[in-house]
Amino acid sequence: MSTPQHAGDQKATTHTPTALVAFAWALVGVPLAYGLYNTVKAASALFGG
Amino acid sequence: MAVPSFLARERIIARPGFNRWLIPPAALAVHLCIGQAYATSVYKAALVSHFESSLTAIGIIFSIAIVMLGLSAAVFGTWVDKNGPRAAMFTAACFWSAGFLVGALGISTEQLWLVYLGYGVLGGIGLGIGYISPVSTLIKWFPDRPGLATGMAIMGFGGGALIASPLSRQLMNWYDPTYDGTVGTTPTGAAVAQLFVTLGLVYLVFMMFGAFIVRVPAPDWRPDGFDPSAVKAKSLVTTENVSANNAIKTPQFWLLWTVLFCNVTAGIGILEQAAPMIQDFFRNGETSTVVAATAAGFVGLLSLFNMAGRFVWSTTSDYIGRKPIYMVYLGVGLVLYVLLATVGSTATWVFVILAAIIISFYGGGFATVPAYLRDLFGTYQVGAIHGRLLTAWAAAGIAGPLIINGVLDARGTPGQLTAGDYRPALFIMVGLLAVGFIANLMIKPVAEKWFEPKNTDAPTTASTTGDRSLSR
Repeated sequence: MSTPQHAGDQKATTHTPTALVAFAWALVGVPLAYGLYNTVKAASALFGG
Repeated sequence: MAVPSFLARERIIARPGFNRWLIPPAALAVHLCIGQAYATSVYKAALVSHFESSLTAIGIIFSIAIVMLGLSAAVFGTWVDKNGPRAAMFTAACFWSAGFLVGALGISTEQLWLVYLGYGVLGGIGLGIGYISPVSTLIKWFPDRPGLATGMAIMGFGGGALIASPLSRQLMNWYDPTYDGTVGTTPTGAAVAQLFVTLGLVYLVFMMFGAFIVRVPAPDWRPDGFDPSAVKAKSLVTTENVSANNAIKTPQFWLLWTVLFCNVTAGIGILEQAAPMIQDFFRNGETSTVVAATAAGFVGLLSLFNMAGRFVWSTTSDYIGRKPIYMVYLGVGLVLYVLLATVGSTATWVFVILAAIIISFYGGGFATVPAYLRDLFGTYQVGAIHGRLLTAWAAAGIAGPLIINGVLDARGTPGQLTAGDYRPALFIMVGLLAVGFIANLMIKPVAEKWFEPKNTDAPTTASTTGDRSLSR
């Protein structure tokens, strides 16, 4: 499912470099992980008594 | 209004073989930035002190931004659909970043009106355009899983606050070492101004990255193995298209507006008061068994459930359908609100679980609505229709706090309220959820008279131009 196909277009095909996809996901994933870590740390006070 | 050629929709039509999994991070790059709007409380006290003003006067900055979000999404929705996601993301990045920079100037020169103009007006326009910019593109790239696709992006809006809060504290600590982020310390206005400049520049780069990797699918593109007739077989799902101008003439649009308004208003009822609410629910005389640090942890937990609900519930809607999932948000939400009002004060864990699930429904309601619009009105101008629907958010942003603050003001003074004082507000929310539930039940397929002629397709039908993009 990750690489869709095109139906009926006569133009040349392209290839999206896997490294570009990985880089893009890392660029949004790393800050999100930082935010999640800090929020979980703050939320842990709720269970720490 | 024409856009420069490098931003034009025709320049970003993907060639065959393009990997659609590059689109969600492009969308997230925008939503993670504009989600900062939910992290303004970090520097609120500092601005009150810097401007020698009131919480209300500073709170207006955020209110202006949310109202401008709703207005700009409604006004520019058609422009966004016509010119495509790159032009929209680029414009949103410029406005959002300019908002911070003008806001920083206002803080540095101690002119609060400049902060209203900057973060409120300019930033609010960036919020509105940015919020809707990737939505219709994602729906077109993921016709087989629209709920998952929009859930991922709109989850980013919730996630943006999770990033901005600790990041802002850290940056303000660097700019003002006397501030350590704990209760009782407040950063200087200069530190907040420097924070605004830093965020403005970082968000500009980040959002531009999203703008330059985003692509739109060719008009006849479809995912491998995708059968549109299988989607059409589900009730309420159309393969026809309705224009934005016609959509707002249908009862379906206004019923869905009511659904979103009720769901958001009810959620804001808890979000607005989260920290004091948990302390008041477990108050014993002058003191509460829930200390401030625990209350802050509760706010963090709600943020997590707000974000997770956007992804989990929206993805679930791809399997059980949009109407049933809103029956869950509103119907189960209603029951949970009744439980919160009646047995919420029996134990902290009961209160926390009930509130967390309610907030997950609040987030889910935001994330699922673009897919619901796609089901009802098709993909033709779904971004513009979504923009118009977001006026419900702006209205709820006013109504929710008004209800909860109005009731609490009438019941007593902050610091002395108890669980019983919240009951009237909670039962008003129950009534609102009941109205939303009925509105959702009344939604039927759109009448044929509103459909566009058969040859109408998404604006991606525009002719292609020279191949000058790197990875199209």
